[in-house]
Amino acid sequence: MLTVAGRNGTFALGAAALAVAALPLFAEAYYLELASTALVLAMFALSLQLLVGVTGLVSLGHAAFFGVGAYAIHLLGAFGAAPSVLLSLPAAVLLAALAAFAVGALALRTRGFFFLMTTLAFGQMLFFVFHDTPLGGGADGVFVARPSFSLFGLEWVVSRQDRPTVMLLLNLGVLVAMYAGLALLLRTMFGRALLGIRANEHRMRSMGFDTYWLQLGAFTLAGALAGVAGHMWGMTQAFVSPELLAWHRSAEALLMILLGGLGALHGPILGAFAFVGLGDIAGQITERQRLVEGLVILVVVLGLRHGIAGIRLPALRRLPAPAPAAKEAAP
Amino acid sequence: MSGLAAQLLNGVQYGLLLFLISSGLTLIFGVMGVINLAHGSLFMIGAYIAFVVAGGTGSLWLALPAAVLGGLALGALLERGLFRRFYHREHLDQVLLTFALILLFEEGRSILLGNDFHSVPVPAVLDVAVPMVGDFSYSAYRLAVLVACLGIAGAMFLAIERTRIGSAIRAAAEKPEMVDLLGLDARRIHLVVFAVGTALAMLAGALAAPLHSVYPNMGHGFLIICFVVVVVGGVGSIAGAFWGALLIGVVDTLSKAYLPFAAGLAVYVLMAAVLLWRPTGLFARS
Repeated sequence: MLTVAGRNGTFALGAAALAVAALPLFAEAYYLELASTALVLAMFALSLQLLVGVTGLVSLGHAAFFGVGAYAIHLLGAFGAAPSVLLSLPAAVLLAALAAFAVGALALRTRGFFFLMTTLAFGQMLFFVFHDTPLGGGADGVFVARPSFSLFGLEWVVSRQDRPTVMLLLNLGVLVAMYAGLALLLRTMFGRALLGIRANEHRMRSMGFDTYWLQLGAFTLAGALAGVAGHMWGMTQAFVSPELLAWHRSAEALLMILLGGLGALHGPILGAFAFVGLGDIAGQITERQRLVEGLVILVVVLGLRHGIAGIRLPALRRLPAPAPAAKEAAP
Repeated sequence: MSGLAAQLLNGVQYGLLLFLISSGLTLIFGVMGVINLAHGSLFMIGAYIAFVVAGGTGSLWLALPAAVLGGLALGALLERGLFRRFYHREHLDQVLLTFALILLFEEGRSILLGNDFHSVPVPAVLDVAVPMVGDFSYSAYRLAVLVACLGIAGAMFLAIERTRIGSAIRAAAEKPEMVDLLGLDARRIHLVVFAVGTALAMLAGALAAPLHSVYPNMGHGFLIICFVVVVVGGVGSIAGAFWGALLIGVVDTLSKAYLPFAAGLAVYVLMAAVLLWRPTGLFARS
């Protein structure tokens, strides 16, 4: 069952968001950019949580929609100067949603591991589209013009100095909006039906729900949100490459979800920050970050089964109640 | 005309190689219900064993048994040490475990042997062109790989259809509870299947080394193509993997030779068509 943070949890998340927003007051540009990366990856992992944690679909092709969202900026660049963010963001959402709808319509005809293999294969297909065809602008990636903040000819020009701060606050705002939107979605009939599919798809179908279309709706929405994350990545970095669509990024997003906690909507956000933080620390110690990443995953899948959001401080329990043991056996 | 014949033979040979990899993948999945993303890395390890052994001794002939024995040992070790704990875990855990193995195998390869491309020479005996029909001749090594793969495929069919352990494996794939009820040792079956699947992938890597050369992350592309094979071929059957692998091998080779603009995409279009038409695969047992 997926939990949404309660009153205390929401308060803690809000405080954490304020702390991130206060970073520009004292942190160097390097850490602002690092935090921006974590925020964008948190959006990406959060969009995947709609599939994994909410609907119970494990996809290995999600990075493809992230990449399509990022490449939307490059594709719009073909029409001339830097587009307004008010144009590029909807375009990224639309393209990613279309790609996700097409992939999902086919992949959802399969179940379980075959769904996983199919999403991985179609993700690889989209990778080839941007890697090998003229559409993508080269196998090594391409610089893109950052979408501008302009509306009806009025433009707010951001100086190079202010840019890390502006991007950090913008990314934070988008992430907060995405989280709030998903928390609200889970209260709707659609959200509850998705949770029901995760619990028991057969039961939902016999109750008269059309689970195929519900799942396709979730897959398309998750793809669109991944497109938002990809767009924010492209806008933050001003560079896109086919590597954004590579399947190891999908696996890393799954890692963030497991790291943060599969059973909580905010889990992927914690997981993304833990992932980026660990990666930065590992990068300062050793050249072999992938070795560290592999070992961390082993520790998490072997030991930390409920993620960071599942860690409970034993000191806070008043009585050695037998209840937790029964809960462990139940899920 | 001889160009087309050569491409067809290339496709069949490539398809048979894919069969060696995907049969292990589908057997392990069918019997234990585990998806092994690191299966492509095992292929990579087999290719590097061929590079090291053939480089050290000058003979690819020693590399092939080394890859098979190494595969049996590594497979048994992985099954006993790690995978056995994951048969009843969620998909997500299995995916991440095997993703971690990919990272560790690739880093291990990078630490031991570096990140360069290497070519592996074809054995001198087979480094000739065999005259076929008319003025058309074909690489003897490719023919040898084709025949060897066919032989292994035949041996696998016999082992699974005719031997005691084969019937136990079939039973385990169809009704795991029955295996326990009959008093068969399910743990031994799991060990055998995993070790053999690993050895097949590593043998495929060693056979492929002279044709594809060896390079970092070479397993990724093969892994994904083998997923396409399994989806197209059908759920959990060796016959499905065989025909699916041949089909994908031929389609991929021909499309790369004659439709350069669609090079990598043809097999995915084929997969999409199969999913629309028969989502359980072309050769699935009904």
